[in-house]
Amino acid sequence: MLRYILKRLMIMLVTLWIIVTLTFILMVSIPGSPFNSERGTNEAVQANLEAHYNLDEPYIIQYLLYLKSIVTFDFGPSIKQPSQTVNDMLGRGFPISFELGIMTIIVAVISGVTLGVFAALKHNNVIDYLAMGFAVLGISIPNFVLATLLIQQLAVNLEIFPVARWLSPAHMILPITALATGPMAIIARLTRSTMLEVLTQDYIKMARAKGLSPWKIIIKHALKNALLPVVTIMGTLLASILTGTFVIEKIFAVPGMGKYFVESINQRDYPVIMGTTVFYSSFLIIMLFLVDIAYGILDPRIKIHKKGGE
Amino acid sequence: MDTILEVKNLHVTFSTYGGTIKAVRGVDFHLNKGETLAIVGESGCGKSVTSNAIMRLIPDPPGKITNGTIVFKDKDLTALPEKTMRSIRGVDISMIFQDPMTALNPTLTIGTQLMEGVRQHHRITSDQAKSKALEMMHLVGIPNPTERLKQYPHQFSGGMRQRIVIAMALICEPELLIADEPTTALDVTIQAQILELFDEIQEATGVSIILITHDLGVVAKIADRIAVMYAGKIIEVGTKREIFYDPQHPYTKGLLKSVPRLDVTGEKLVPIDGTPPDLFSPPKGCPFTARCPFAMEVCDKVYPVTTEQSDTHKVDCWLQDERAKQLLAASAIKQ
Ligand SMILES: Nc1ncnc2c1ncn2[C@@H]1O[C@H](COP(=O)(O)OP(=O)(O)OP(=O)(O)O)[C@@H](O)[C@H]1O
Ligand code: SF4
Ligand SMILES: [Mg+2]
Repeated sequence: MLRYILKRLMIMLVTLWIIVTLTFILMVSIPGSPFNSERGTNEAVQANLEAHYNLDEPYIIQYLLYLKSIVTFDFGPSIKQPSQTVNDMLGRGFPISFELGIMTIIVAVISGVTLGVFAALKHNNVIDYLAMGFAVLGISIPNFVLATLLIQQLAVNLEIFPVARWLSPAHMILPITALATGPMAIIARLTRSTMLEVLTQDYIKMARAKGLSPWKIIIKHALKNALLPVVTIMGTLLASILTGTFVIEKIFAVPGMGKYFVESINQRDYPVIMGTTVFYSSFLIIMLFLVDIAYGILDPRIKIHKKGGE
Repeated sequence: MDTILEVKNLHVTFSTYGGTIKAVRGVDFHLNKGETLAIVGESGCGKSVTSNAIMRLIPDPPGKITNGTIVFKDKDLTALPEKTMRSIRGVDISMIFQDPMTALNPTLTIGTQLMEGVRQHHRITSDQAKSKALEMMHLVGIPNPTERLKQYPHQFSGGMRQRIVIAMALICEPELLIADEPTTALDVTIQAQILELFDEIQEATGVSIILITHDLGVVAKIADRIAVMYAGKIIEVGTKREIFYDPQHPYTKGLLKSVPRLDVTGEKLVPIDGTPPDLFSPPKGCPFTARCPFAMEVCDKVYPVTTEQSDTHKVDCWLQDERAKQLLAASAIKQ
C-alpha cells in the first residue's frame, strides 16, 4: 500500500508540474498584459509595474519564480487587486465552490443511482422509459442552457427561487440542479445498464435461492457490483463538474473560485491564474487518486494494498 | 419409504417475442427421503426449468408455472405466497448451481455469504453464525476455515468454491438439495472429489438430493434412481440398475449406448441423430418420433400411455403396448 501511494504521489507531482508548465506557456503566449487597457497606460508606469512584478525578467526566470511560488504555496498579491493575496481569494472562494461541487456530486450520485436502479428493476416498464427519456434529455442539454431555463421559469416567471447569488439553501437549489442534471443522467444510465447485467448473474440467483428478501438482494448483492463501473467514471464526472462550476458560478453570480479564475484570465492577472490553476488541478488530481483508492476498497479483486497496483 | 417431494403434471411456459415456449410439459416424479434422484437429458430438455420451478425461481416474466402441483412435505409449493416460499428457500430446500466461478458474489467475503443465509432465517448472534459457518467449512473440507472466512471468492480455486457453494446450500440443514450440474464446470479429479463429498454429506445429514446432469458417469456414481427427460417430459424413470441394465425407451437406450461402464466418470452423452422437437409447438404424440428407429403410426398422433415395468420403473413408449408387442413378435416369427 505504502509503495503504491508513493508511486502515485510521484505521478501526481509530475502531472501537476506538466499542468503548471503548460499553463505558464499559455499564459505568456496569450497577447496582452495585466496593465493593458483600452485607454492605454503610460509607458513608463507600465515598465515600472512590470519590473515590480518581475515581468521584465526573461521567461525562464519568471517560470522559476512561479515554480517557487507553487512550492511555497505563496502566490503573492493579485496584480489587479493588490490589497488581496491570491491565497486570500482562494480561501474565500474555495469553500463556496466546494459547497457547490460537493452538493452537486451528492445530488447527482444519489438521484442518478436511485433512478438507474428503479429503471433496471422496472425494466421495459413505463418507469424505465420515463427515467431513461429524462436521462437522455439531461445528457443532451448543456448545463448553461438548463441554468438559463431554470432561472427564466422558476426564478423569474414563477418566482419560486431566487435568481442568483449564494446566500441561503433556497439560493443553492437552482445552481445545483443545473450542474447536477448532466452527471446524474450519466450515472442513471450507467447504473441501469450495469444493474440489469448484475441482476442476471448467478450470485443473484444464489442469493434468491438462500431465501433473502428482494431488497436485501438488491442492496447487498446487486448494488455494490453495479456501482463499480459508476465509481470508475466518477473521475471524469468530477472533472466535468469542476469545469461546470466556472460557468454556473458565473451565471448565478456565485462568489466562488470560478469567478476569480475566469476574471483572472480576462485580466491577465498572472498570479491569480497560476494560483487558481494549481489549486484546481491539485484538487482534481487528489480527488482522482481518492476515486482509485475507493475502487480498490470496493472491489476486492483489485489488490492495491498488496502489490503496487498490478 | 417416505416421499419428501411429489411433482405432478408440472407445466412451465415462457412467453417470448417468438411465441410461447412450452419448456416443461407435464412432468411427474417423486423423491424419497434420503435418496438421490438424477435427472438426465439433452441440453434444453427442461431440467433446469424443472428444478427452478421447485424453488419457484422461474423468472416471471417471461416464465410461468401454468399447471401442476409440487408437493413438498404436504405443502403445495405452487400455491404458496412468495413470502412463505422465501422462508422455505435455503431452509428446507437449497440449490447449487453449475458454475462456482459465478455463483459467489465477488465483492463479499466468503464468511458474509455463508452466514447471511442462517442469519436471514434464524435468530442467532453473529458469533453463533460464525461458528456454524466454520462447522460447515469443516464439513465440506476447507482447510484453515478461520482465515478462509475472511477471504474473497477470487482467492479460491474452482473446486474450493464449489465446496463453499455446497456449504452455503447446507448451512440451514435443508431436507432437499437440488444440484444443477454441480460438477460440469470442474475438471475431472475435482469432479470426483465433489461427488464423494455429496455422498459423505448425504450419509452425515440424510439430505435428499435431486441431481441434474449431462454426465452419465456422475449418475452411475451417486444416483439411486434416474429420471430421463426429453422435450419437457420425463419419458422413463427407474432405479439406477433398471435404467442402466434394462432401459426400455429408445431414447434412453440411445443415451446409454456409449456408456457401458459404471466405473468411469466424465463420459458425456453421445448425441443421437437428429434434434429434439421445437418447443414452440411440440408434437401431440411422442416427441421422439422424428428420431426414433422404431416409430410407428400411432407414435406421431397420440402421446404414449405410461406403462409400469415394475413398482419403480415407468416408461412412456408405445412399444410397451400389448398390441405393439404382439406385432413385433409376429414380425419376428415371419422372419
Ligand atoms: N428465461 C427463459 N426465457 C425463455 N426461455 C427459456 C428461459 N429459460 C429456459 N427457457 C427455455 O426452456 C427450455 C428448457 O431449458 P432448460 O434450461 O431447462 O434446459 P436444460 O435441460 O437445463 O438444458 P442444459 O442441459 O443446457 O442446462 C429451453 O428450450 C429454453 O429455451
Ligand atoms: S413412442 Fe414411438 S416414437 Fe416414441 S419412443 Fe416409443 S416407439 Fe419411438
Ligand atoms: Mg440447465
